[in-house]
Amino acid sequence: MSAVKVFVPADALALAVGAERVADAVRAEAARRGLDVQLIRNGSRGLYWLEPLVEVEVGDRRLAYGPVQARDVASLFDAGLLTGGAHPRALGPTEDIEYLRSQERLTFARVGVIDPLSVADFVAHDGFAGLKRALDLDPAAIVKEVTDSGLRGRGGAAFPTGIKWKTVADTEATQKYIVCNADEGDSGTFADRMLMEGDPLLLAEGMAIAGLAVGATRGYIYLRSEYPHAERALNAAIAAATAAGYLGDDILGSGRRFHLEVRRGAGAYICGEETSLLESLEGKRGQVRYKPPLPAHKGLFGLPTVINNVLSLGAVPLILDKGAQYYSEFGRGRSRGTQPFQLAGNIKRGGLVEKAFGLTLGELIFDFGGGTASDRPVRTAQVGGPLGAYLPLAHFDTPLDYEAFAARQAMLGHGGVVVFDDTVDMAAMARFAMEFCAHESCGKCTPCRIGAVRGRELIERIVAGENVARNLATLRELCDTMISASLCALGGMAPFPVLSALEHFPDDFLRASRDAA
Amino acid sequence: MTVSEPERRQAITRALAEHADAPGALLPILHAIQDALGYVPPESIDLIAARLNLSRADVHGVVSFYHDFHTEPRARHVLRLCRAEACQAMGGAALEAALRRRLNLDADDRDRARDLMLEPAYCFGACACAPAAMLDGELHARLDVARLNELLGELEAHS
Ligand SMILES: Cc1cc2nc3c(=O)[nH]c(=O)nc-3n(C[C@H](O)[C@H](O)[C@H](O)COP(=O)(O)O)c2cc1C
Ligand code: SF4
Ligand code: FES
Repeated sequence: MSAVKVFVPADALALAVGAERVADAVRAEAARRGLDVQLIRNGSRGLYWLEPLVEVEVGDRRLAYGPVQARDVASLFDAGLLTGGAHPRALGPTEDIEYLRSQERLTFARVGVIDPLSVADFVAHDGFAGLKRALDLDPAAIVKEVTDSGLRGRGGAAFPTGIKWKTVADTEATQKYIVCNADEGDSGTFADRMLMEGDPLLLAEGMAIAGLAVGATRGYIYLRSEYPHAERALNAAIAAATAAGYLGDDILGSGRRFHLEVRRGAGAYICGEETSLLESLEGKRGQVRYKPPLPAHKGLFGLPTVINNVLSLGAVPLILDKGAQYYSEFGRGRSRGTQPFQLAGNIKRGGLVEKAFGLTLGELIFDFGGGTASDRPVRTAQVGGPLGAYLPLAHFDTPLDYEAFAARQAMLGHGGVVVFDDTVDMAAMARFAMEFCAHESCGKCTPCRIGAVRGRELIERIVAGENVARNLATLRELCDTMISASLCALGGMAPFPVLSALEHFPDDFLRASRDAA
Repeated sequence: MTVSEPERRQAITRALAEHADAPGALLPILHAIQDALGYVPPESIDLIAARLNLSRADVHGVVSFYHDFHTEPRARHVLRLCRAEACQAMGGAALEAALRRRLNLDADDRDRARDLMLEPAYCFGACACAPAAMLDGELHARLDVARLNELLGELEAHS
């Protein structure tokens, strides 16, 4: 009998809750019992409350066990893990777990399924099919496919990806670049990380396709320094893809070139903003540039540059493989395709939920997430990262779609949802929003650099009950100034969490003044 | 941890040899030096500036802009506790308060006896299993006071 395949994720968060010790225990236990086990270190399925999630391949099915700790492993083997034996941790076939089964995994189809560093495994699961099709198309036809798919940037601003690519394609230059924004600084988001760790070849494929589409032969992945596991996975994947002829000087014998390199950021949230990122890649302080010129015209080293988020580039291979129409049939209104949403914070079933746009925030939080981890009532959720609004329960009927969120002065951003229970102090969260903005401001413009510090002080005074009415009015004016006069969205959007907290949870700001009265 | 002068010189020379010719070389150079030494010693500034044809002020400006780069030796142990929203939603502030009670932190948030420093961090992408912290480069999630105490206990046992 051949070796039985056992999967234990090497995903950074699975490791942070004990997956390495589980993998060691599986190896040791198999050796002790003389059993032939092939241990595969996959990415995470994104069912994080079940991590470390161990899977075993039995026949043509994968059976799941979780959450497993190292001390459970001996009893798992006693129960007949390798034949899918019954055990208190048994979850049945992985694909039948409701949370996973009710998703639409397009971009994340392979994450948690394959060995992330195996080109053969990637290809066996339709990897590089999009690149092969792109090699047969005119550059303009590739761009058209992406435009017709309706794909909009997943990094936050939701700009149509095809239009961005067309601008770069139409700009003459001797050298152009593809830059992947892998700075993923928003609290509550981890989809980029999961994808880079669990299916790094997909990102390489998406970037190579972008290169063919616009005539760029060099790409950089700007990766935040908090993600060392992703850095190792990407470097290994790039080396493997290059050795197999999918990257490099002669992609699959086509005579086309694409070289890819990972660059590590240095702990600056603002370097997720695209022009600041480009400055940083050039070796400078990560200060925001004035626009115009657009990066598409004058980007990295002054040359035309496509800059896209990991998830935008990760959606591209499937669009090329299955066609624009296939992708655009998912979604709602002007939000086409799927979004990998991320459930985080005080949530019972935290993890990754890839769904077509259109389900409501409440469905995501309650049906998928199961409500709070603390079993207390949900009070609010912050959607779209530290610059996103706090939504009250009354707005949980909002469909997850760019325009529906904008209509409620909120944003989807990168798809992160952070849930809070009824013990949250919203004045403290508002204060934190200003503090974070002050901490991460690049310093180029005063509304942000000075305004954020001032905003934090004002909130502290209001909470302390000092001149509440006047300070509230000043805070609102300050927010208006930051929104209208900041150079970029850090200063320009940091007021949104503050204003939403003030609007929906005013009592939290007024406790001290009321107590005094 | 302090590093001897020849060791510092060697790390800087090696970082320059490996990265100085790449486009946008400065961050890769600084990372290579810090990876080797744990910090970016002041004499790096002159050497990098000369090699890259930049002013000292340019190089210094970059080093000081990024939260990651440190110009002084670090403690032997670094505990980076996430302060961002998802970790706050799971009691991050209470965890920090408990930690501060247990450690003997001075004004620079250093516990000299343990040779440990506490630093704020803003999201490790571990937000689905909050709260999270990184101890000496290793990520830990689903933290509570008991688990943090266990981790600190392991440090003490090994020192
Ligand atoms: C303060 C700030 C931080 C940002 N952080 C990120 C980030 O971490 N990742 C990202 O992809 N985009 C981020 N963005 C958005 C980028 O500026 C840009 O819109 C994006 O990289 C474009 O790629 P896309 O069209 O594929 O979304 C940020 C923007 C701002 C203003
Ligand atoms: S808003 Fe803040 S981060 Fe953006 S350019 Fe101005 S100072 Fe820099
Ligand atoms: S908010 Fe703490 S890990 Fe993301």
